[in-house]
Amino acid sequence: MNWHRQYTQPVTHYQQKKGDWFQRLHIDPVLLFLLILLSSISLMVLMSAGHEDSALMYRQATRLGIAFIAMFIVAQIPPHLLKMLSPALFVLGVLLLLGVLFFGEIGKGAQRWLDFGFFRFQPSELLKLAAPMMIAGYLADKHLPPRPKHLVFATVFIAIPTLLIAKQPDLGTAILIATSGIAVLFLAGISWRLIGIVIAIGGALTPIIWNLMKGYQRQRVLTFLNPENDPLGTGYHIIQSKIAIGSGGIYGKGWMHSSQARLEFLPESSTDFIFSVFAEEFGLLGCIALLSIYLLIFLRAIYIAIQAQDTYSRLLAGSLALTFFVYLFVNVGMVTGILPVVGVPLPLVSYGGTSMVTLLISFGIIMSIQTHRKLLSS
Amino acid sequence: MQANFDLKNLPQENRLFLSRAVTLILFVVLLSLALITRLSYLQIETHDKYADLAQENRVNLSVVTPVRGLIFDSNGQVLAENIPSYSLELTPEQINDLPLTIERLRQIIPITDRDVKRFQRKRKQNKRFNSTPLRTRLSEEEVAIFAVNRLRFPGVDIEARLLRHYPYPKLTSHVVGYVGAINEKELKEIDPTNYRGSRFIGKTGLEKTYEAELHGQVGYQQTENTAQGRSIKVLNNTPPISGTDLTLNIDIELQRIAYQALGDFTGAVVAIDTKNGAVKALVSKPGFNTNLFVQGIDQKSYNDLQSSKKRPLFNRFLRGQYPPGSTLKPFIGLAGLDYGVANAEQHTYCPGYYQLPKQSHKYRDWKKSGHGRMNLHDSIVQSCDVYFYDLAHQLEIDRMHHFLSQFGFGHTTGIDITGEKSGLLPSKKWKRRVHNQTWYPGETLIAGIGQGFNLTTPLQLAHATSIIANKGHARKPVIVSHLNQRPIIQIPSDTTSVELKKPHYWDEMINALLDVTKSARGTARRPMEGTPYNVAGKTGTAQVFSIKQDEEYDEENTVHHLKDHALFIAFAPVKEPQLSVAVIVENGGHGGSVAAPIARAIFDHFIKESSPTP
Repeated sequence: MNWHRQYTQPVTHYQQKKGDWFQRLHIDPVLLFLLILLSSISLMVLMSAGHEDSALMYRQATRLGIAFIAMFIVAQIPPHLLKMLSPALFVLGVLLLLGVLFFGEIGKGAQRWLDFGFFRFQPSELLKLAAPMMIAGYLADKHLPPRPKHLVFATVFIAIPTLLIAKQPDLGTAILIATSGIAVLFLAGISWRLIGIVIAIGGALTPIIWNLMKGYQRQRVLTFLNPENDPLGTGYHIIQSKIAIGSGGIYGKGWMHSSQARLEFLPESSTDFIFSVFAEEFGLLGCIALLSIYLLIFLRAIYIAIQAQDTYSRLLAGSLALTFFVYLFVNVGMVTGILPVVGVPLPLVSYGGTSMVTLLISFGIIMSIQTHRKLLSS
Repeated sequence: MQANFDLKNLPQENRLFLSRAVTLILFVVLLSLALITRLSYLQIETHDKYADLAQENRVNLSVVTPVRGLIFDSNGQVLAENIPSYSLELTPEQINDLPLTIERLRQIIPITDRDVKRFQRKRKQNKRFNSTPLRTRLSEEEVAIFAVNRLRFPGVDIEARLLRHYPYPKLTSHVVGYVGAINEKELKEIDPTNYRGSRFIGKTGLEKTYEAELHGQVGYQQTENTAQGRSIKVLNNTPPISGTDLTLNIDIELQRIAYQALGDFTGAVVAIDTKNGAVKALVSKPGFNTNLFVQGIDQKSYNDLQSSKKRPLFNRFLRGQYPPGSTLKPFIGLAGLDYGVANAEQHTYCPGYYQLPKQSHKYRDWKKSGHGRMNLHDSIVQSCDVYFYDLAHQLEIDRMHHFLSQFGFGHTTGIDITGEKSGLLPSKKWKRRVHNQTWYPGETLIAGIGQGFNLTTPLQLAHATSIIANKGHARKPVIVSHLNQRPIIQIPSDTTSVELKKPHYWDEMINALLDVTKSARGTARRPMEGTPYNVAGKTGTAQVFSIKQDEEYDEENTVHHLKDHALFIAFAPVKEPQLSVAVIVENGGHGGSVAAPIARAIFDHFIKESSPTP
């Protein structure tokens, strides 16, 4: 407990029920349960989507283990310390992003990775956390709703990483980072009038953005608007994904019976399109159950945000909660054909390490916020 | 930090945050409902459509082409077989740089520009994950060269496919025929189900006639395939039924002897087993390399075959219609006997020409000086034309037509091969119908020596000869004897029967035909000298063009293609006939000297073969 006191301002002792092990470990049991449930589903679906490749499952399980440990470690860090670290992390993240632009490794047409020899790192993942932390930290100390001057700075903080990542190009992550930033602004209470104006301007800017997009991004949007136009080219993903989901029906074909994935008609079946496999095997009922788990996680996180006692914690937890849900929404919207294919994984279920670690760290932050609450009663 | 804290209105901030958080929750619930709506639409509303599409994706119906039936000769020699042919096939999906791959393949295996062009054309019709042949008919050496370099060429493979092959292409060109790629017209006629996956169809000869038997029944395999087309599991398997093997009556050895005996001449030879109508040899010379047609003949070779003066593509034994010339005389003679117009005792004087009453036109005998006093026997032996002019004159054309028609002249024999021509047996009615002209008595005379309008195919001649050999009846000629080793049973109605008023007329005629090869003045004595069996035969010489009244046929100075056709019909042995033969040597000159030796070669082989004790 001593090291807490050193960093906490102004005074502080934390709410602790005696014998509450979760509290002591800085773990939120509800979130932990839901997250473990989701991870188990991930392993189960991967078993089928990954063509019964057990090596794939073991790797995923290992990553989950690492990610949960990372979550646990982060949950120990009190929010004040996180707030203090925010600007440094943000600056580091932006510098690394610039590094990627100049020295990054190109994978699938995009520069996203920094290779440090022994491991590869995506700075954009760091910014998924650092950007909302920075903006929340910046606005937390200001008058809320924020004044125009502060809004301008906050917007710049959002724009820098968003544009740098969009330039890689990684539209999916750029959207998520922008969302996390905007969520902070929204929770900070920017006026509805301003929101209306921004949406109007955004609408007007659409043609300009269109011109700035790269060929393959435009193609994705065009394909999204009419996938049947190019059934063997870019529309193939969406068509096969819809076939998988639609053929699942209400009850699904049963676990390990996704013919679309097993016969390799569905591309990226263990990563971005894993939801389609789940939908094919477990049907509409399974999908509703899965969405409910996500919704419960979101609700728990937003509950924690509401319960949080300082502005920074609130804004950050709320933003992370929303980002998590937007993650899900963009992925499911993409595989069901109501959003363009932007390359966002299904949070905590898709195969892949980096985003999973980032996501669980964000839950570590939320748990930290939940478990480091001050005692109000005293 | 601390300083800013004072400016904040915490309770108001709390309320603001709470309202915003609730807004977010509503927003998120709305989005969730949107997703569930979308999922319900896909999984309930359009479920059937997508379930069908998934099934289509999953189950792949592949066609298993039946193996085409083989064709054997009477001794089990293979006349048509299926041999694996190696082709170099490319799967575009698995190849990154197609032009470069082709360029690199060219460095190790010869590939022409034509191959590449054909490949590009076919590639567009195929799916990306299907392989398309770039080079066909690779030699073993080329296969080996590629095998060594295979690792350098992902997406390139050697495929073995069965290709029709004819071991005796020239000998069997017109009997066996050939298969070729199915064309547009054939596509409309065939059963599309049974021919799914079939690339070839019989184009001519037995390959065409027995297409239904040879082709077999297509098989199916339902497999679960990956998107790349790899089969994972067989769901349902209906194996194909291989085509029926044909065994022919043809003896390829006899066929070869006949073909070789024709030498440099063009012509046709038909040999029929008199006992059962089994066709032992069917030759049309020249033949051609039928193997060229299997994979599509190139334009130049085809043009060469088309324009060749020897007309190799022409099926002479089946579709060649020749004036029978003097080979028709035995049948006219029999007509004379049967109608009581001629008898053994009755003589006619031959001065070397014949004149109809009150007409100045002289109908010439081939022997300018004349044969002198002639009866039927001598007229057959020496082939006296004048005797037959007179006989024809007395018989008149319609009686001749009626009688000869019983021997199969003027209509097809019904042999089991498509495309048979009927020849022409003239009558008054025919001339009225076709030429809208009255019949002239002079035309009857010409018809009496097998010239004029008369046309017969070599097959008809051999069949008619069988009828004489068997004294009135003969079975329809048949080429195929067994289907899958099971004999084809002939039905009785396939037998022709000619009844004469007196059976000894047959003997009289057969005696005369025997003397053609035996007596000192017989027209075929020399070629049949020293045979261990007796041959009854008749020579013939068919005019290709008519000689004007005062002109003389000058054999030496007539250009080859206007020379007379040489004919010979015969059967042997006379007592118990085994084989009847008809030979036509185009522009060969005299039947006795050119056509008869060919028949002799066939008899020598066949009779020695079938009766080991001479």
